[in-house]
Amino acid sequence: MKYTAPNKKGYFGKYGGKFVPEILIPALEELEEAYAESEKDPLFQKEYHDLLREYVGRPTKLTYANRLTEHYGRAKIYFKREDLCHTGAHKINNAIGQLLLARNMGKSRIIAETGAGQHGVATATACAKFGFECVIYMGAEDMERQKLNVDRMRLLGAEVRSVESGSQTLKDATNEAIRDWVTNVENTFYIIGSVVGPHPYPMMTRNFHRVIGEETKDQIKHEEGKLPDYLIACVGGGSNAIGFFYPFIEDENVKMIGIEAAGLGADTDQTAATLTIGTPGILHGSMSYLLHDQEGQIQLAHSISAGLDYPGIGPEHAYLNDTKRVHYYGITDRQAMDAVKLISEKEGIIPAIETAHAFAYLETLMPLTQRDEVVVVNCSGRGDKDMGTISEWFGKVPS
Amino acid sequence: MSLFITAGYPDLDSTVDLILGFEKNGADIIELGMPFSDPLADGPTIQYASNVAISNGITMKKIFDMVKEVRKSSEIPIILMGYINPVFRYGVEKFCSDAEESGVDGLIIPDAPLEESSIISDAAAKHGLEMIYLVAPNSTDVRMRSVDEKSSGFVYCVSVTGVTGARSGDEVARSVQKFIERVKTNVTRNPKLVGFGIKSHEDASLIARDLDGFIVGSALIDTVRKSYPNKGWKESVFQFVKELKYGNI
Repeated sequence: MKYTAPNKKGYFGKYGGKFVPEILIPALEELEEAYAESEKDPLFQKEYHDLLREYVGRPTKLTYANRLTEHYGRAKIYFKREDLCHTGAHKINNAIGQLLLARNMGKSRIIAETGAGQHGVATATACAKFGFECVIYMGAEDMERQKLNVDRMRLLGAEVRSVESGSQTLKDATNEAIRDWVTNVENTFYIIGSVVGPHPYPMMTRNFHRVIGEETKDQIKHEEGKLPDYLIACVGGGSNAIGFFYPFIEDENVKMIGIEAAGLGADTDQTAATLTIGTPGILHGSMSYLLHDQEGQIQLAHSISAGLDYPGIGPEHAYLNDTKRVHYYGITDRQAMDAVKLISEKEGIIPAIETAHAFAYLETLMPLTQRDEVVVVNCSGRGDKDMGTISEWFGKVPS
Repeated sequence: MSLFITAGYPDLDSTVDLILGFEKNGADIIELGMPFSDPLADGPTIQYASNVAISNGITMKKIFDMVKEVRKSSEIPIILMGYINPVFRYGVEKFCSDAEESGVDGLIIPDAPLEESSIISDAAAKHGLEMIYLVAPNSTDVRMRSVDEKSSGFVYCVSVTGVTGARSGDEVARSVQKFIERVKTNVTRNPKLVGFGIKSHEDASLIARDLDGFIVGSALIDTVRKSYPNKGWKESVFQFVKELKYGNI
């Protein structure tokens, strides 16, 4: 079936839209227009793809995980190596794309929110490369958990502003970035780091990441002579997952699985499993699923991973969940940390804790697979930034 | 003069007294804020008041009860102002129905602009609630005319780009003249009230002199914050309201 979402108004089914204050309407219209032009502009596309190749290091590899495959003794497992992107995660695909747009629109100042710091680092990197003023909003708690990334952003010349309101994490950093945008809308471009926010951000960010899935498709056909049977990716806002899934949506035999952070468990109040236990609502400019109480007050999400503890999710994931094209499951802190250890030992790759949520689902999936099947996991980021949390979790580095 | 106060701030019991006192001291319209945990168009003052009100246990039902209580002795127009998510969660139809029943006159939902107004406009119309939309300095002339077309009650003119309460009156006054001129040309059906950054009678006289009225929110909440819970705090707040309306007399 032909997949055409979103519609002109930015809706994926009933999710999405433009729920923003009047002040941002002209900015979104300007952005929509500039983005539509960039898609048709061969010069823009060439510059973007040249940068992906020569600066980001694309295409990223598709690695056969032979020891992990032996460990489970079932389907063959491949990793799409977004951890090998410059800066250590997929986020830079989008940061570079949006920065080129900002430059073409004549904006002089860049702002962004960040949770784990990967999007902040990617944005600061793009700003350094192109000589832009850069302000990153980051929750105070996340600055503590992800100190290394704070130092990286500062070294790259960005100003990192600590956000002390609310849960002091990604949700609040996003609020503060939007307030900055409302105030400085004339000269400022807001580079949103996930497939959330008002239209056209969820669509635009997806499209800057779809290169992940496009490459995977070519690579797996080359390796296996067929499409994969399963794709697995972790989902916070959902940018790596949607970039990975999108080129496969019309391939109905490819089963796709999105993994949310269940924190201490989706049946506890210390969770970020938005699709598992949330209900529809509106936050940060779009309608999607949310964690909120009976009064519509947003609840604090919890996950050991700073990149996944967001009480919302991209509107396209809400839509793919409702239509059952993608199935979403929760993975707890403990399961994710076990996977960090397993993947490090079996494959010599230390995954980000966010990414480890996707790997952890292999425990559930693999016994159900056959030897002639193929599973691809999106290895969205590397775990160097998480060494503090990892050491603390295991008491010491596990041996 | 329209005054904004967050429902349930500084405590649940004072909201009704404050509204009645505002009316007595010169308010013509009350904008009653429905607190939201993530008020992304608001500056620190209204963020603070929203947080306090939520910790005080404010609920939508309590807000409707407050309006009912006011209605026992006052007919002052009451506009509920807040973000769309709590309204959506309550159920848009039930919300509009309960609002009508308790005596609410209109709604301002800043994050449901014209593009998304259909989420609530039919239900609001069915229950006789005015829908007040906003125009901002960066709104085009065409946009201002559409906002005027869709609005009822009045049009809320946001004097500066930014969050609520952020700028000082002088700064607002300097940049606002051109905007006011455009508003006068394009908004012709509805009364025009200007808000954001008005902190005194002088600010208001300067900024709103060519329009139909002005709105004060953050400056009022700051005044409550300074005096609460000292003895006689309400009186000092009402004194501030009187000065906003009439100047130092």
